Amino acid sequence: MFGLLMYGLTLLTMIGIYGVLTLALNLQWGFAGLFNAGIAGFFAVGAYTTAILTAPESANHLGGFGWPPLAALPVAMLLSGLIAWPIGRICLGLKGDYLAMASIGIAEIIRLVFKNETWLANGTMGISTVPRPFESLGQPWGNAAFLLLVVLILVVLYLAAERAWASPWGRAMRAIRDNELAAAAIGKDVVRFRLEAFVIGSMVMGLGGALSAMYFKFIGASATEPLLTTFLVWVMLIIGGSGNNRGALLGALVVWLIWSGTELFTNRLPAEWITRSSYLRALLIGVLLIVVLQRFARGILPERPPRRID
Amino acid sequence: MVGGYGGMDILNGVDLAVEANEIVVIIGANGAGKSTAMKAIFGLVQLRAGSVRFDGQDVTGRLPNALVGLGMGYVPQERNVFRNLTVLENLEMGAFLKPMTLARMLEQVFTLFPVLKEKARQPAGELSGGQRQMVAVGRALMAEPKLLMLDEPTAGLSPLVMEQIFERIVAVNQAGIGILLVEQNARQALSIAHRGYVLATGRNRLTDTAAALLDNPEIGQSFLGG
Amino acid sequence: MAEFINLYLLPGVAVGCIYALGAVGISLIFAILRFAHFAHGDVMTLGAYLAYSVVIALGWSVYAALPFAILGGALASMGIDHVVYRPFRRSPGIIVVIASFGVMLVVRSAIQLFWGVDILSYETGIRRPIPLFGDIRLAQKHIIIIAASVVIAAALHWFLSRSRMGKAMRAMSDDADLARISGIDTEKVVRWTWLIGGGLAAAAGVFAGINTKLHPSIGWDLLLPLFAAAILGGIGRPYGAIVGGLAIGIAQEVATYPWLSELPLVPPAYKNAVAFFVMVAMLVWRPTGLFKGRVL
Repeated sequence: MFGLLMYGLTLLTMIGIYGVLTLALNLQWGFAGLFNAGIAGFFAVGAYTTAILTAPESANHLGGFGWPPLAALPVAMLLSGLIAWPIGRICLGLKGDYLAMASIGIAEIIRLVFKNETWLANGTMGISTVPRPFESLGQPWGNAAFLLLVVLILVVLYLAAERAWASPWGRAMRAIRDNELAAAAIGKDVVRFRLEAFVIGSMVMGLGGALSAMYFKFIGASATEPLLTTFLVWVMLIIGGSGNNRGALLGALVVWLIWSGTELFTNRLPAEWITRSSYLRALLIGVLLIVVLQRFARGILPERPPRRID
Repeated sequence: MVGGYGGMDILNGVDLAVEANEIVVIIGANGAGKSTAMKAIFGLVQLRAGSVRFDGQDVTGRLPNALVGLGMGYVPQERNVFRNLTVLENLEMGAFLKPMTLARMLEQVFTLFPVLKEKARQPAGELSGGQRQMVAVGRALMAEPKLLMLDEPTAGLSPLVMEQIFERIVAVNQAGIGILLVEQNARQALSIAHRGYVLATGRNRLTDTAAALLDNPEIGQSFLGG
Repeated sequence: MAEFINLYLLPGVAVGCIYALGAVGISLIFAILRFAHFAHGDVMTLGAYLAYSVVIALGWSVYAALPFAILGGALASMGIDHVVYRPFRRSPGIIVVIASFGVMLVVRSAIQLFWGVDILSYETGIRRPIPLFGDIRLAQKHIIIIAASVVIAAALHWFLSRSRMGKAMRAMSDDADLARISGIDTEKVVRWTWLIGGGLAAAAGVFAGINTKLHPSIGWDLLLPLFAAAILGGIGRPYGAIVGGLAIGIAQEVATYPWLSELPLVPPAYKNAVAFFVMVAMLVWRPTGLFKGRVL
């Protein structure tokens, strides 16, 4: 019973963290049509920032600042945004595919830095002493309290995203996404709007990374693999329905349930297959993405025009 | 034909016909739907109503590829040569569907446009505007069309070169190929054409022999510069 | 000087050959199908592992296995196009890019399932470098990579400049719309584009495996320099991609030479950053690349 409870808490927390990431990607892709293929990079900046600010002093990496975890969150967001800003300035004038290439490049370089600068974050070993808020409450209350924090953040982000979608800002963003020239012709500052979406979205991705580092109490090269960050988040948004905040959250829910549900199944496989089960899952997710794109490209909850607010 | 781009109709009812061995010219003000009508015939614009018949068979909605195989050729107004391919390679591409006839057609095209033979090894992107136009027409001829559609072949050319192009168009026609021409330079175009269509706001406005259109005072005022 | 040539320049040329072969496919696919093929690195990996299987199963040398890898990579790419990308011909390019994420996941995880994740090698033992002249020595693997790449590039040149299909491929990468209305059978050209691009990628993957070791992300790790090479050469310009690949490969290796002090100018771990900065610089200042490619 206790095990089941803990499993449920883990499941929900993970869905919540991925929900943060999909909402962020929806802001960039669903709202503004910006093809960010470098989620892993901003995720890493947020995660490592949190780890370095909060982890206890160690000879293996930069640290010992002793910040309270919750105070590290805004800094994580700020730093992700600071990195996103120059990249956005340079790349947002480019069409979709080029931004994808540039963003995947920057993500790989950010990951390289954390992997190779051992003084900074202990290289490939990573930092495994990241404190998690509410830990002192013990199990399961500490876990439940952390879940509550994630849910709270998610609700705030969702409400903000919904407001933004219906606001003149969101409308301008969609106009730019759908017809850049026409939007520019009616006097919208295309570059500024795009930059705002890119930077804000990347900040939220940093927040997602920070929450993840806290939850796992660990950040290292394996935790910023593009598969688990960039591509899984893309799959979630496309399956859920890009351009729809609820779709984004639903995508995180559905895909994570499939991802961890298959784990239950693959655990029953013969021993020599268990080690390979995560590849089977990745294969499945890849096939799912292709099938969804071919059959219903708009996702489970397609984009819809915003309700009028009077 | 009724149709247009993405839900907005530009053609509201246009009727065109070209007989074999005929030169037919479409004239009209900017935005009258001249080029769109030509694209519609060639399957590049979605038709909402109406049909395209060619050589006795219904070809509505066929892909350009198939139409070339049936004997239709189309030369767009802009971006009509492969810039990084040589003149010779450009012409070869016209005969993609019929590699067997390559040598024979190449000879015919070089007879019509001797300058292309001189420039055969030069990338088409380096040629002058008039020569590029010849490459484009030549490439379309390589597929042995029965009907050749030219969208403003003289746009942006000097009067002298324009004269040459029109003269070559007549020569192509004399080789037994029907020609449908969209032209801004209505007077010169009508002077080589057999018949002409005048379009306005996506509809037929007038249809007559070229000679009659040239004499029509109304046409003279609106399109022929008085 | 000899040290610079032996340890930096010549390895750079070998790496450049690998990039060149991969980048040609990316450039052609980008121009003809109008999307950046993110699964291209994984096609390279597939080629490398196919060669490995031939080496293990038949006991051949990896060089004899190369044609099989090329054939396998070519057919696999054409098959992937048929099943995955073909339904998207009229979709916006960006949707196809996302689909290529899916292909990437499928191909890589299939490789991991089938061949495992251990680091493998085509052959064991170390071979002595061969003296060329004076102090200049060339590692055997580099000689073979460079020589084989030259042969493949010559065959590619013959195909692109002499064969009807090769010319049509260049025509379509010049202007796909014009190709369509000129009566070129564009679907056929697309199939050939995948055959050529996939075959070249497989060869590049095998060479990458010879140059270092085999692991499931060998191709993914090269994706960034491949994109950089394709953009540097100009999208849709296969010859540009070759020059771009060589330039990026040499630049990456030479940048690790201790130019200013005892230490490498760029730490070897950050080689890919060189490719990235070249790519971003080109995108900002000259998106058409060195050879006036297209901006899509």
